[in-house]
Amino acid sequence: MEAAMDLMRRMPPSLSQQALDSLLALLPAHSSQLLSRSDQPLQVAWDEEFDKDYLLCDYNRDGDSYRSPWSSKYKPELEDGVQPSAELRKLEQEANEVFSIYRDQYYEGGISSVYVWEPEDGKGFAACVLIKKDGSDAGDGRRGLLQEGSWDAIHVIEVKEDEDHQFGHYCLTSTVMLALTTANQSSGPFSLSGSITRQMESDLSIENGHLCNIGRLVEEMESKLRNGLDQVYFGKTKEVVFTLREPLGVMSATSHVGQSLQRMIVNDLGRSR
Amino acid sequence: MEDRISEEDEYEELADDQKVAIGKWFLLNAPPGQVSQVAKDVREVLMDERLYDQAAKEAFPEYNVKNMISLEMPDGSGQVLLTEFGQLDRSRYLDPRTASVAVVDHVKQVCTEVRPADDEDLPSAYVEGFRFSVDAALMKYVDDAFQGGECSVYCTKGKDVEKSGGEFELTVVICNSSYSPKNFRGGCWQSVWRVLINEELRTATLQGTISVNAHYFEEGNVQLESSRKFNDTVTLQVLNTCLAYGHHP
Repeated sequence: MEAAMDLMRRMPPSLSQQALDSLLALLPAHSSQLLSRSDQPLQVAWDEEFDKDYLLCDYNRDGDSYRSPWSSKYKPELEDGVQPSAELRKLEQEANEVFSIYRDQYYEGGISSVYVWEPEDGKGFAACVLIKKDGSDAGDGRRGLLQEGSWDAIHVIEVKEDEDHQFGHYCLTSTVMLALTTANQSSGPFSLSGSITRQMESDLSIENGHLCNIGRLVEEMESKLRNGLDQVYFGKTKEVVFTLREPLGVMSATSHVGQSLQRMIVNDLGRSR
Repeated sequence: MEDRISEEDEYEELADDQKVAIGKWFLLNAPPGQVSQVAKDVREVLMDERLYDQAAKEAFPEYNVKNMISLEMPDGSGQVLLTEFGQLDRSRYLDPRTASVAVVDHVKQVCTEVRPADDEDLPSAYVEGFRFSVDAALMKYVDDAFQGGECSVYCTKGKDVEKSGGEFELTVVICNSSYSPKNFRGGCWQSVWRVLINEELRTATLQGTISVNAHYFEEGNVQLESSRKFNDTVTLQVLNTCLAYGHHP
């Protein structure tokens, strides 16, 4: 199982769906673990009753059916599918409304879904906020720059209340998967894809309700991730390319040219004493 | 999150050749420098030594050539680059610089034997003169721009041209790969340049492709793939200076 997870981490992210399918075929006994531990771009389904899209993940799955956050019905239909309690369902509905607005403001498009459930130990509750945007020319892309592009964010929050029900302890684990491909005439095909994961814990007062806190935490986390992506995707990969091949004629302290020049100067100084 | 009991009871066991195909796919897609870790994982996931050996036997030769692996030659004369241009057969590769043939074990990624090349595998003395000067200029350039890169120049067409007035093609290959697990990164740069020299028309046509792959995996997995093609034609005045020009895209 660990070997399988290691493979998932090493395979090119653009092939991650195929990698997961292959592992599921090889190790069917581990399928539930594989599905819950590996991040895949989110799939979309259509809720006819509400005329809206919703996102699929392990948390709204029961067998092979998925529950819509709008109608709370399973598709394909399930008579006795798992449903959240009435209280949690109310929270879930509110959360979906709130995050729909959030999504519209930050993403100018895209699809969002929130699912709430009671964790196995019965204490507190857990929720996941999913956001997906297809930024390519065929999807929601407005600027016409990307041939293919998608952002998939999965935020999983575990919430526990303290004894006096004054404070809530929030534990947020977020993963953003970003894939982009451009193919412009001058520079040829270019594709960058991958995912990064971050965690955050916080204790907040519940006077304004859980949703307010969850919203704030997700917003903060997404901003951090968005900046992190900038640094990691572009900064780090650029660094890697630079260590492979330096642009010639560039003088810097760490470049090959710079270093040999440094050595020469130091030698000359040593000799002239 | 819920699993129904019925779907866990019966799964179809994959056929052996399907498992081998999957193992081979994982090996072929290993990022630069990580093939041995991927191999270790594939071995565990296949849970069958025999199947792993089969997958490795099929995957490694393809992987080594696609990624232009370079292997140390046992006689100490340097490294041999494994590319499609120097491939004589599945386990023998030409090293034009030392005019020798290297025999390799793909799965173990070692060169087991080196012997001098046959005359029929080498270009004529006339073409070799050009190949040699391109190689010399190339080595200096690669040393400056790529620290630790490997390169080679092959004659891929017209190797029997004996005198001026004919046409021949040299293929320049540069490959630099790096893997730094403690910095969570790895990558590979490959350049392939085909230089077609037509002495009768006094032209040299340059066609090149540069492919870059970069991988960063601290708290995540980010991979970049990019490639770019180039085309150019120059008129021959003094052949050597033109060949040197071709090295600074």
